[in-house]
Amino acid sequence: MTALVKAGNGQGEANSPRAAAFYDLDGTLVSTNLVHSLGYFARNQQGLARSVVKSLRTLVGVPLFLAADFYSRKVFNNIFFKRYKGESKDRLRYLCEELFEEVIKPSIRPGAYELIAKSKSLGLRQVLVTGALDYTVMPLIEHLGFDDYVANRLEFVDGIATGRLLPPVMASATKASWIRVYAEREGLSLSDSYCYTDSMSDLPMLSVVGHPTAVNPDMRLRATAIRHDWPIVDLS
Amino acid sequence: MRALPRRKLDDSVVYIDSDSAPRILFYGEDFWLEDFPVGTRVIYPRPPMQGLPNPQAAIRHALNHPHDCDPLFAQLYPGMKVTIAIDDISLPLPMMATPDLRQTILEILLEMLDAHGVDDVHIIIANSLHRKMTEWEMKRCVGRKIWSDFYPDRYYNHDAEDPDGIVQIGETRHGEVVRINRRAVESDLVIYVNINLVPMDGGHKSVGVGLCDYLTLRAHHEPVAIRESDSYMDPQKSELARRCNRIGKICDEVMNVFHIETAINNRMFKGQMDFLMKNEDEFTEFDRLKFEGVKWALSKMPGPAKRKLLHSIPAAYELIACHAGKTEPVHDAILERSFEQYAVKVRGQCDILVSGIPYISPYNCNSILNPLLVQVMALGYLHNFYRGKPVLKKDGVLIIAHPCHDEFDHEHHPSYIEFFNRLLPETRDAMELREKYELEFAHNPSYIEMYRRGNAYHGAHPFFMWYWGENGRQHIGKVIVAGAKNAHVPEILGWERADSMAEALAMAKSYTGPSPEITLMHHPPILIADME
Repeated sequence: MTALVKAGNGQGEANSPRAAAFYDLDGTLVSTNLVHSLGYFARNQQGLARSVVKSLRTLVGVPLFLAADFYSRKVFNNIFFKRYKGESKDRLRYLCEELFEEVIKPSIRPGAYELIAKSKSLGLRQVLVTGALDYTVMPLIEHLGFDDYVANRLEFVDGIATGRLLPPVMASATKASWIRVYAEREGLSLSDSYCYTDSMSDLPMLSVVGHPTAVNPDMRLRATAIRHDWPIVDLS
Repeated sequence: MRALPRRKLDDSVVYIDSDSAPRILFYGEDFWLEDFPVGTRVIYPRPPMQGLPNPQAAIRHALNHPHDCDPLFAQLYPGMKVTIAIDDISLPLPMMATPDLRQTILEILLEMLDAHGVDDVHIIIANSLHRKMTEWEMKRCVGRKIWSDFYPDRYYNHDAEDPDGIVQIGETRHGEVVRINRRAVESDLVIYVNINLVPMDGGHKSVGVGLCDYLTLRAHHEPVAIRESDSYMDPQKSELARRCNRIGKICDEVMNVFHIETAINNRMFKGQMDFLMKNEDEFTEFDRLKFEGVKWALSKMPGPAKRKLLHSIPAAYELIACHAGKTEPVHDAILERSFEQYAVKVRGQCDILVSGIPYISPYNCNSILNPLLVQVMALGYLHNFYRGKPVLKKDGVLIIAHPCHDEFDHEHHPSYIEFFNRLLPETRDAMELREKYELEFAHNPSYIEMYRRGNAYHGAHPFFMWYWGENGRQHIGKVIVAGAKNAHVPEILGWERADSMAEALAMAKSYTGPSPEITLMHHPPILIADME
């Protein structure tokens, strides 16, 4: 199953919130995306030659990633996460703290802190719903004080990544369906809940809550948000 | 209905005869030319008063001869912390031709502060929960030099949602908390630069409203305060003003406030648009030509282009008075001058009140006059432009001319959209709306971020706009929108629609009886009916 962890600040449980704020991560709360994380791992391979080769492969793959993402998030995931094939679990874990400090933390949008703080003050449960890898988001969960999160998980065999994701893969409609199940299980009102994302691929996730918001949206989501009269927030 | 005697108390009041010219009405971003029934009373604004010949000298004189306090120069010393607060883009309307009066006053102030060794100076736009002004608007407001010297570190918009930027300074005996901009509170001297467009502006409304937060504002921006204001353009009979005064007095006790207040004349239109300042019976051929030309040009332009054009035409306002010193005596002196410009003596209420709704309100500079703002112009401002008693009889009919497009600005008015489409179909009861939904909108994180980081009105602002029409809603029996382009906008607002003015008048007569007294309020420019 997909990773779901109680982050443990307890605020959500203590206040028994009846609604939640669901956040996408890449491009929404942070200005970086999945490729930045992959690039960081590629740069930090064991041995210079390996680092150079992996980095070049990542760079060359960028147009393919863009095209795949434009076509379908599912296709993108299939192509993108194959690049992790052969990585060891220990090494990924080891690099995640550095990845957070050097790449993710500096890219957190200034308004993200305000948005989350205001949302917490309303007693909303803070939930991250991301297509990023679980290892890479753990330090961020703690840093921003999320109550729960769901993220994608790599499949490992004997501690080595196969390049496949464990189902259900968090993308597009899966995110929306996970939110629906989660809300039902936790007794949360989706009508009173909020959702924040930057990408058109997350349209289903926006559609299941009562307060959808486009954050620094791409062109297609901006047009959709205007058509639906949804708020458009600029956090950068 | 008993006909009113046609005795004129003021030259600005005229009656339609069989040979009278048709009257021009604003119709959103277009104009209507309408024939009105014989006997219709038309109330025009007073002619613009003569502007002061040397505004700079008048401002300097006010600074050096203030009311009830030492001259400004005597209050200055090196190393002191000074905050200058200025009115936002909602004043005056439309934007005045450059140099803006704020620029003129700031240039004098900053020169004086500099000469006295005061260098810790911040300029804050007192926008309260209004949208923040854009960089371009801020630059235009104060001129290139001040902008380049102060922007963005020392010239910025007030942020009512900044958790570190607001401080509570007290509570009134009525339990209203007073929470004000921290920089202003911590300053040795706060100088407020006001432009008084209508008598509701200025006085204790400047610091106590312009620099406050949501909690302080909601103490008086609420339905009961508006219902009990008769009208809110008459400070003596305004509950809104009384509550603002209570809050403002605490501001004056805690802070050292030096108030600069100005009155301007009503020269709203000039050049190609100056026909709007005239009685149509006195039009020259050239005036008619200009009107027809403008009407034709606007009819050929798409909506956004018309809007852009109309908002880009500045007003030719001139300074008619400047006073400085303690808030209350300064405000009293300015109010006297303001009423001198706006008050038109009118005798007798009418059964049907007619007015065109223009393209602009205090809340849509460089933007769309959306349906909620049409409502605030009709039931709020238009209804409240009186002193003594309303121009319209209790339960009378208000006819407005406006297309009522279902159109909103996503950047400036995001919360209005949800308010209009989600809440109003459920209830139009202001008390219920406040009780059930105001806090939800006020604390909506998305709306807060759009207010803080963008150019959106605060999430609670559409509620204030609805309350703003509350005394009009309680007083008026029926509202008919002549020329509404759709049925659902008037319906959501609780109004009726008609295709034309003639149809609207016929509908109104079915409600009031066959021989109603009809009054046309011919504004803008602004006028206040001084009811006998």
